[in-house]
Amino acid sequence: MEALHFTFSGQSLSNTSHKPVLVGVVGSGNLEVLIEPATDASTCIVEIITAAVGFGAIWEAVIGDFVSRRKPAGIRVSINDVGATPAVVSLRLDQAWDSYREGQP
Amino acid sequence: MTSYYEASARDRVNGVLDPGTFHEIVPPSARMMSPHLKQLDQPCAFDDGIIVGEGRLSDHPIAIAAQEGGFMGGAVGEVHGAKLVGLLERALETKPDAVVLLVESGGVRLHEANAGLIAVSEIMRAVLAVRAAGIPLIVLDGGQFGCFGGMGIVAKLCDAVVMSEEGRLALSGPEVIETTKGVEEFDSKDRALVWRTVGGKHRVILGDANLLVNDDLDAFRAATLDLIETKPDMSLEALEQEHSRLGQRIDRFGDCKDAVDIWRDLGIADPDTVPMLESAAFMAAIAGKRA
Amino acid sequence: MIHNLLNGLFPKGHSIEFDGEFFSGFGQTETEKVEVIGTLDAAPIGVELAHRIAGNILNVVRFHPNRPILLLVDTQGQRLSRRDELLGINAYMAHVAKCLDLARRKGHRIIGLVWSQAVSGGFLASSLLADDCYALAQAEIQVMNLPAMSRVTKIPLERLQELSATSPVFAPGVENYRRMGAIKAIWTGDLAQHLAEALHNPNPIDQRRHLGEERQGRLMARKVADMVKADAR
Repeated sequence: MEALHFTFSGQSLSNTSHKPVLVGVVGSGNLEVLIEPATDASTCIVEIITAAVGFGAIWEAVIGDFVSRRKPAGIRVSINDVGATPAVVSLRLDQAWDSYREGQP
Repeated sequence: MTSYYEASARDRVNGVLDPGTFHEIVPPSARMMSPHLKQLDQPCAFDDGIIVGEGRLSDHPIAIAAQEGGFMGGAVGEVHGAKLVGLLERALETKPDAVVLLVESGGVRLHEANAGLIAVSEIMRAVLAVRAAGIPLIVLDGGQFGCFGGMGIVAKLCDAVVMSEEGRLALSGPEVIETTKGVEEFDSKDRALVWRTVGGKHRVILGDANLLVNDDLDAFRAATLDLIETKPDMSLEALEQEHSRLGQRIDRFGDCKDAVDIWRDLGIADPDTVPMLESAAFMAAIAGKRA
Repeated sequence: MIHNLLNGLFPKGHSIEFDGEFFSGFGQTETEKVEVIGTLDAAPIGVELAHRIAGNILNVVRFHPNRPILLLVDTQGQRLSRRDELLGINAYMAHVAKCLDLARRKGHRIIGLVWSQAVSGGFLASSLLADDCYALAQAEIQVMNLPAMSRVTKIPLERLQELSATSPVFAPGVENYRRMGAIKAIWTGDLAQHLAEALHNPNPIDQRRHLGEERQGRLMARKVADMVKADAR
């Protein structure tokens, strides 16, 4: 198992806090993504625990892509991963972010 | 039509309850996770593979739990079990109209062995307490991982079981039996054999499940609603009747080699075609002939 | 061994009939008769044996109001057979549980004593349903033997063996189950005295997770269950 941590600062999109949202399942080739409000409205914190060790650079790229596309701010993203492909990771991140923003404040 | 089989536990809960009424208790953000999986290098889930909470079903207040088969086969660990026990004991105070259990589980989570076994026992006691308080428990069983092990016992402690054809309900899994006793005893790769033996249709015919529904969230929801007025009967008389029924089952079918022999004995026409029938046709074909 | 056990539990006498793996009857304490229902030779519990055990419990409820029940079930677990699954052995195990629950609600004290072996489904449908479950020091309790567990979980046997030495969660054994709250106490010495105390302190409420926490064998079960119960909405 490997733990990874990324912080993205300076996001300009303002966001009200919403209720936490979870998408996905912790199964082989899959992951769960939990999005919760973060105390700092301008950052996006991402914490990953993954069963696939040694893919730090790929995670950084995939998360970086998500952040630059969707510009999430004021959130903490927590992930439990069991070897999902980058495509599946991106999908879940998008699903979670959409669901979070649609949800109740 | 939304497949119950394909849906995640979360989606099943939302599909069974009235929209927007579900309040999750000890949600993923509470991070009550397994304390035992890390030492085995196993990934954890924020909800430890079970969702518990309250909502409404056609305005009836309901307590609901759903196991996520995708996480460790829905198996019961210390925290997973405690969430369910807590929900059941909570129901004794809140008195919902029913407790609905969306079971999908291999039983005791072997990675947590002893803690899982004790948790299942605590679930059994709590289920019995809920029924003794007059609150019915309805089990829905239609997921990929079936309902096995200790959860197979828990399901039969409840008031009613609703299954789809895809669902399975048993104690020991076919693979475990094959590994221990050999393929001649139970060929776990013979899917037709597995489903004849432990699948939804056989359980409905045998009388261990109340009805068979299509693999559809709405169908499971409707069936739950139909059963919501069930009143638990835990009297000596009821148990004596069940004792008699279970005794007759052994007498009558104890020598049957296959489920088809049981179905034939019950007078079901063309028993070999039973696996092919869709659920409404199936319920019609077996009407008046169930064990 | 069973005869020594019965003599130790009931020095004032007992009347027990043996029929293959099954035995039943009553034992005499200082003050009352205690119904005894048990199995031996690590009996695998299939539909017939489960049904028989349930029948005995129903008889106690019907014919012997208030008589306590002592479960002496020695089992290797559920019988592993296609026939038992075909007939719905899970329902038979549940039926035993319902009968024990009925007995409890009707005021019968139920004591379980693991005297030899207790495994998995057989354990779930018997001693684990008692008001309180005790064990002899030399008894064995487990979910599944380690080699089988290794095959099913795909975790190497050596790893499971290592963990068994240090983690109460894995290792088979009465002491682990005691620490986790499932076994109230381990009985050594004067069994009749232990039995008298157990009968004297009936306990119809499931306290096992509290005990597991006190003894530090299960640190989360009580806390998480209480969190769910206490949720404000």
